[in-house]
Amino acid sequence: MVSGCTKLARNVNMEKLKNNYLFPEISRRELEHVKKHPNVQLISLGTGDTTEPIPKHLRHVQRKIYHTLSTVEGYRGYGLEQGDKVLRKAIADTFYGHLRVKSNEVFVSDGAQSDISRIQLLLGSGVTIAVQDPTFPAYIDSSVIIGQTGNFHEATKKYQNVVYMPCGPQNSFFPDLSKTPRTDVIFFCSPNNPTGYVASKRQLHQLVEFAKTNGSIIIFDSAYAAFIEDGSPRSIYEISGAREVAIEISSFSKFAGFTGVRLGWTIIPDELLYSNGFPIINDFHRIVTTSFDGASNIAQAGGLACLSPVGLKEIRSVINYYKENRKILMETLASLGLTVYGGINAPYLWVHFKGSKSWDVFAEILEKTHIITVPGSGFGPGGEEYLRISGFGRRDDMVEASRRLRSFFNTRTKHFPFLSSASNTN
Amino acid sequence: MVSLTFFSSASSLSSSPSKIVKSSLDFELKKLGGCTKLVRNVNLEKLKNNYLFPEISRRELEHVKKHPNVQLISLGTGDTTEPIPKQITSDMSNFAHALSTVEGYRGYGLEQGDKVLRKAIADTFYGHLHVKSNEVFVSDGAQSDISRIQLLLGSGVTIAVQDPTFPAYIDSSVIIGQTGNFHEATKKYQNVVYMPCGPQNSFFPDLSKTPRTDVIFFCSPNNPTGYVASEKQLHQLVEFAKTNGSIIIFDSAYAAFIEDGSPRSIYEIPGAREVAIEISSFSKFAGFTGVRLGWTIIPDELLYSNGFPIINDFHRIVTTSFNGASNIAQAGGLACLSPVGLKEIRSVINYYKENRKILMETLASLGLTVYGGVNAPYLWVHFRGSKSWDVFAEILEKTHIITVPGSGFGPGGEEYLRISGFGRRDDMIEASRRLRNFFNTRTKHFPFLSSASNTN
Repeated sequence: MVSGCTKLARNVNMEKLKNNYLFPEISRRELEHVKKHPNVQLISLGTGDTTEPIPKHLRHVQRKIYHTLSTVEGYRGYGLEQGDKVLRKAIADTFYGHLRVKSNEVFVSDGAQSDISRIQLLLGSGVTIAVQDPTFPAYIDSSVIIGQTGNFHEATKKYQNVVYMPCGPQNSFFPDLSKTPRTDVIFFCSPNNPTGYVASKRQLHQLVEFAKTNGSIIIFDSAYAAFIEDGSPRSIYEISGAREVAIEISSFSKFAGFTGVRLGWTIIPDELLYSNGFPIINDFHRIVTTSFDGASNIAQAGGLACLSPVGLKEIRSVINYYKENRKILMETLASLGLTVYGGINAPYLWVHFKGSKSWDVFAEILEKTHIITVPGSGFGPGGEEYLRISGFGRRDDMVEASRRLRSFFNTRTKHFPFLSSASNTN
Repeated sequence: MVSLTFFSSASSLSSSPSKIVKSSLDFELKKLGGCTKLVRNVNLEKLKNNYLFPEISRRELEHVKKHPNVQLISLGTGDTTEPIPKQITSDMSNFAHALSTVEGYRGYGLEQGDKVLRKAIADTFYGHLHVKSNEVFVSDGAQSDISRIQLLLGSGVTIAVQDPTFPAYIDSSVIIGQTGNFHEATKKYQNVVYMPCGPQNSFFPDLSKTPRTDVIFFCSPNNPTGYVASEKQLHQLVEFAKTNGSIIIFDSAYAAFIEDGSPRSIYEIPGAREVAIEISSFSKFAGFTGVRLGWTIIPDELLYSNGFPIINDFHRIVTTSFNGASNIAQAGGLACLSPVGLKEIRSVINYYKENRKILMETLASLGLTVYGGVNAPYLWVHFRGSKSWDVFAEILEKTHIITVPGSGFGPGGEEYLRISGFGRRDDMIEASRRLRNFFNTRTKHFPFLSSASNTN
């Protein structure tokens, strides 16, 4: 034992965590690669970081805000922890207008990453969770931290006491609920990160029924709803009965380019009750007033401006820009005979390299093309053999990345063991 | 659809805070159907009341409804009122403008915070204290940091708090599962050590009588008492922590209000780097209560019992449970720490100090026993033999001034009222006038006035 230690025992939950959180690890690899190849132009199709400017419409709105914060009449201190009333109403009207979500059910936050952990604080260590496999890693990692899980099992690459619901081509990327054990909580992301798959109305109806039957709650992540093309549900509340079983989380990050500005929201319907009848919304309100002091008032003002007609119009064209990126990448990869899933209703492509180890594919592509992707196993054991490729980026970079990938795969088709011979795309 | 109000509708003169209606209503609801089988988190069930400050706001709204033509003055929640200096908002505006351009756009930042800002924080506040920029974690404020630190610590640790104390340390501890149940008779949560701080011990705990805990929350200058710990006292605290192998979570959010050369950071005490985490905030310092910016310092030398660096785990928490403070707020923070920014901030702080001076003089001249108010923006006023919610209610009803009842800060706060110096000068003067009026006409009748006129 090193001298100078305190007698404070390390939190056993932190000890259970297997690795670093996924995305800082990707960043670390990126930095390492740049150091090794300082003259190379690295292209990131990795972390889903937005690159296009926020709407110009926000300019004159925000200029006013900053000015008023410097005036006696306009200065504002603490806001409501739950969020500005006008913004909450705008969120309810814009995204849920026809779904009767009330503004008191909207909790504005500094983004989904924080909300997920605040929801875990709410739930406590005594609940069981189910996640899709593969899944956005924050649901699992936050669950480990709060103490809901057992140890990581090296052989299966799973945390004990968590139900992993496989989502893959074998089941059209929707879990077989008839084989899924009951848990208190089900995390469900649609459009999905990382697979890009969006659940249909029928499938979400099954999910809601499953939750109702089991008395479970769904935590529905709709952060990528703006990318849906085919009329699939954008909110869980499009499904009847969802108000009694589902919390919905969402974000301005991918929607409005607010990845650095930090703004999101959580919906907790009034009807959502614990087993003893106590409204979950009351406890979340307690969490939000105790563990948080509200999203930045300037981020909230920006959010409100985004939801004006002009703001929404500008946002729509940025989203179309990313959609076009993704289309370019999809066409490239499909033309190379790769098996590509997702990429239609989401900004992510989920590429299958049968028989591969995803970190190996990641490393090979990084070394040979200087492109950062995300290895699928970072999203759970169901992600092994896959790579997540992101359509967020500058158009030039997409075009250049396509060129490099074309070059790489064409010269290596005979030698590259991970290419599947089929050219199915989803 | 059932619409439920879980707050009591007692009159504003009720002497106890509204309680969340529990059991009987629960069983009514069960019959309605539509409950999930999700069991309510037992830790949330332990929480006695609403968090303190939303309860104060609720009383404020209730009062305004009852007296719509009255001008309510808040000396309650420590909410800043003075505009943010133009230099700072202008930088934030420029940064936000740049976000709408191709060259200036920025997406995700480092979860730990912008490197330049972290260096500026280390240099400005800890320049001579060897705090390194990698030890600085920028956040959206101390309220969030306290809960993230609790996520870090987990449910298996024991805590000690000052009594009275800023309530978030206790409430976050209940939520994460470190405490037992609330004990109605003592008004304390079981398994928490409460360290009395009052006039009997110059507002510094008697550490010789304090049992060991893993963690000690310590706020100086103190919210709510306004007391600042001396170098000698903090040295005792650090030695106490070292001896016990405990860690101190030192809240220095009000350091900018110190007048008398008392320590502004725990790291002024030798040995503190091996026992202390420090949290602080731009809220009271720069008027960023709405903008949201703060920081936590975790020294490299701070180790768990197994030698693992605490900073590594906090980094893991911050990258998993958080995605960084708003980049615009961070740009504002950097502007605050420029020479011009610091100068302008200094004059806003002096403005609040003058407010507090006015209130102190008023209350002292009325023969009230006033503590604090010298090195902090809060006055801690003693009404011997009183119930603090009663004094709160009486003052609110008769003078339309909001304060904060001391028992909201723990059992050691009963008999006290916290009065805040944050506000507009006019309001301070008007509040003084009303208080003078109120206490002068009631001196013979108001049972809570002490006859001594000690001020600390």
